Amino acid sequence: MTNSSIIRISNLSKKYGSKEVLRVTEAAVRRGYITGIIGPSGAGKSTLLRILNMLEPPSKGEVFYYGRKVPAAKADVLALRRKMTMVFQKSVLLEMSVYDNLAYGLRARKLPRAEIEKRVNTILETIGLSGQSKQRANTLSGGEAQRLAFARAVVLQPEILFLDEPTANLDPANVELLERLLVQLNKDCGTTVLVVTHNLFQAQRLAHETIFFYQGELVEAGATEQIFTAPRCQQTDAFVRGRMIY
Amino acid sequence: MIEAVRQAFSLLFPLDSSLTHIILLTLYVSGSAVALAALIGVPAGTWLGLQAAVKVRWLQRIIYTLMGLPPVVGGLFVYMLLSRRGILGPLELLFTPTAMIIAQLLLTLPIVMGLTSVAVRTKGKEAVDTLLSLGAEQRLILWTIVKESRYGILGAIIAGFGRAVAEVGAVIMVGGNIEGQTRVMTTAIVLEVRKGEFAFAMALGIILLLISFAINAGLYRLQAGGRDD
Repeated sequence: MTNSSIIRISNLSKKYGSKEVLRVTEAAVRRGYITGIIGPSGAGKSTLLRILNMLEPPSKGEVFYYGRKVPAAKADVLALRRKMTMVFQKSVLLEMSVYDNLAYGLRARKLPRAEIEKRVNTILETIGLSGQSKQRANTLSGGEAQRLAFARAVVLQPEILFLDEPTANLDPANVELLERLLVQLNKDCGTTVLVVTHNLFQAQRLAHETIFFYQGELVEAGATEQIFTAPRCQQTDAFVRGRMIY
Repeated sequence: MIEAVRQAFSLLFPLDSSLTHIILLTLYVSGSAVALAALIGVPAGTWLGLQAAVKVRWLQRIIYTLMGLPPVVGGLFVYMLLSRRGILGPLELLFTPTAMIIAQLLLTLPIVMGLTSVAVRTKGKEAVDTLLSLGAEQRLILWTIVKESRYGILGAIIAGFGRAVAEVGAVIMVGGNIEGQTRVMTTAIVLEVRKGEFAFAMALGIILLLISFAINAGLYRLQAGGRDD
C-alpha cells in the first residue's frame, strides 16, 4: 500500500433535473487501499461509483485520476477506462458461454490468445466454475452468476476496481469466496478497490478506509476503525450503531 | 375448400411454369425489400434503441405510426414519386419489380427499425454500462449489443417479411399486376377472385402460406440458434 491518492474529487456535484443527488467538496482514494462506501439507500453511493467509472459525467466539479484531469482525446479516455472496471449490483451477463464472458474484456484489449486462455482458466478454477466453462451464462444460478460477474472484472487485473453491492443476495459461502478473492487481488496486484456495501460487518472486514454518505453528501471519511469506533459526526455514529432511521 | 387443396396440389406437382415465375418474383420482391429493410433498419433501430427514450420520443412515435401505414397509402406515395410527373419519374420505374421493392421497403422498414429499437432498448443501458466497464470501444459495444439482441432483431425481420409477402395494396398500385412481369402471389389471388375463380385463388393462397411457413421456419431455426425446439 502507498499513501498517494489514485483518485481525487474536487467540488463534485450531480443533479438529475433540479434535484442534486450527490455533492462532494473534496475527497481522495488512496492507491492500493480498499475503501468502503457506506450509507443509507439513496445517499448517492452508486452514483459516485458510476461517475468515478466514467459511466456518467458529473454536473459540476472534477475527478482527477493519477493526479490528472480526464483526457480529452477518445483514445486516452479508453486507455484510462481500461485501467478500471466495475461490478454492478445487478450484473448483466452476456448471452454467451461462461468462458466467453470472462474472455470478453481481455479480447477487447487484444491480448494474445494464450494469455487469455491462461488467465480465464486460472480464474475459472478459483471461482469453481471450471466444469461449466462451455455452459451458457444465462443458465447459471444466482450465486454462480454473481461469481462470474466478479471474476469477469478480476480477470482484467484492473488498477482500480469499483464494486456496487457485490455480495448482496449471496449465501455466506459465496460471500466468503468473493471477499477472499478481493483481498487476494488487493494484496497480490495492488488493486485499489472502492466497494459500496450495506453490510457494515463486511465494510469492517475488508476496508482500510471508509467513507460515509448521507443524503447525497460525504459526511465523514477516515480509517475504518476510527469510523466504526470513534466517528466524529453524530450522523455517522447513529448509522454505524444502527440507530439511524431513514 | 377441398377443391382448393386439390388444385393447390395439381399446381405444385408438377410445378406450373407461370406459377413458378410468380413464386420466384414474389420471393425476389419481398426478399429484396426485407433484405434492404434489414440493412437500413437494423443499424438505425440499434441507434434509436441506444438513445435516451426522452430524446427520441417523437421519432419513436412516428416510427410506431408508420409501422401501421396502410399499404395503399404507401403505394400511393411511391406511385406519385415514380409517376411521370414525380421527382423520380425520369427513372421510368413504375410498373416494374423495382417499384414494388421500393413500395414494400417503405412498408417493412418502420417494422424492422421499430422492433429492432425495442429489442435493443430491452437489453438496456445496463448492458452498455457493463460493456463500457469491461473496456470495450464504441464499435465493439454496438456489435455486441446487436448480437445480444439477435433474437428480437430476427423477430423484427420475420415480422417485416410477413408484412411484405402478404401485402397487396401497394404492389398492385405500383406494379400493375402485369402477367409475366409484375404479377406476384397476392396480386394473382386478387385477379382470380375478380374472375370468380375462388377455388384457384384459394389454391394460390395455400401455396403462399406454405412458402411463408417454409421461410419463417428457417428464420425461426436461425432465431433459436440452430435448434428446432
